[in-house]
Amino acid sequence: MTINHYIFLSVALFCIGIIGVLTRRNMIVIFMCVELMLNAVNLLLVAFSKMHFLSASAFDAASKAGTDAQLFVFFVMVVAAAEVSVGLAIIVMMYRNTHSVDVNFLNRLKH
Amino acid sequence: MGITQLLFWLLTTLTLGSALMVIFSKNPVYSILWLIITFFAISGHYVLLNAQFLAIVNIIVYAGAIMVLFLFVVMLMNLNMPSSPLKNKWLMFAGVISGGSLLLVLVAALKDTEAMRNGILMQTGDIGLIHNLGKVLFKDYILPFEISSVLFLSAMIGAVVIGKKA
Repeated sequence: MTINHYIFLSVALFCIGIIGVLTRRNMIVIFMCVELMLNAVNLLLVAFSKMHFLSASAFDAASKAGTDAQLFVFFVMVVAAAEVSVGLAIIVMMYRNTHSVDVNFLNRLKH
Repeated sequence: MGITQLLFWLLTTLTLGSALMVIFSKNPVYSILWLIITFFAISGHYVLLNAQFLAIVNIIVYAGAIMVLFLFVVMLMNLNMPSSPLKNKWLMFAGVISGGSLLLVLVAALKDTEAMRNGILMQTGDIGLIHNLGKVLFKDYILPFEISSVLFLSAMIGAVVIGKKA
């Protein structure tokens, strides 16, 4: 496997997420498509870390290159978990106010 | 075609197919279930890259915690009615066209670059194991780790404050 397989997989996954955000009007599905885009980026980071590790371990067998990228993915997951909890609370609040999760009801600043 | 290639293409098909089903399902509950399958397939990719710690964290955090939160919100608030079809068909058409254009531009820009032939170390290499990651996390990244606990605390307080009845 070369790096371009993973690049094209991540690009396709990211574009599927973008199409979902642009075409769906359900707020929860839009939120899930944002998670999909985050996962595409995470997958690409892990693939690049292994690529970096392979090129670094050719010179130094005990190299730890690429560890930082995997920790970065870990922190992305941490931030995503916090983001989801606040975002779902906002969706619940919006459902209480408008009795719908359709984003078309949010096209004015006050009601 | 070795077993690694076979598994890669199988997981890729599963990932992209279930991701497409996420955005084309009418019912939000089905979207969530397809998204769980997508996350499991991405975890399979992590195992294939020997990033075992991230594979486990991905299953526990994403497929375990976040998706259960989504399911709770959808089911407790009885939101699982099929969404009404989009009024404006042209808007949907424009969304698909713009997303497809981005895909086209990115693929066309990236397909002939020099670095694309670099190999990836599959299945071996110990940088993804918890032994190595834990040492780096608690030695070099101890400050971001502690700050993320403050982030979780503030997110928890924020969720409670937003979610309680005004």
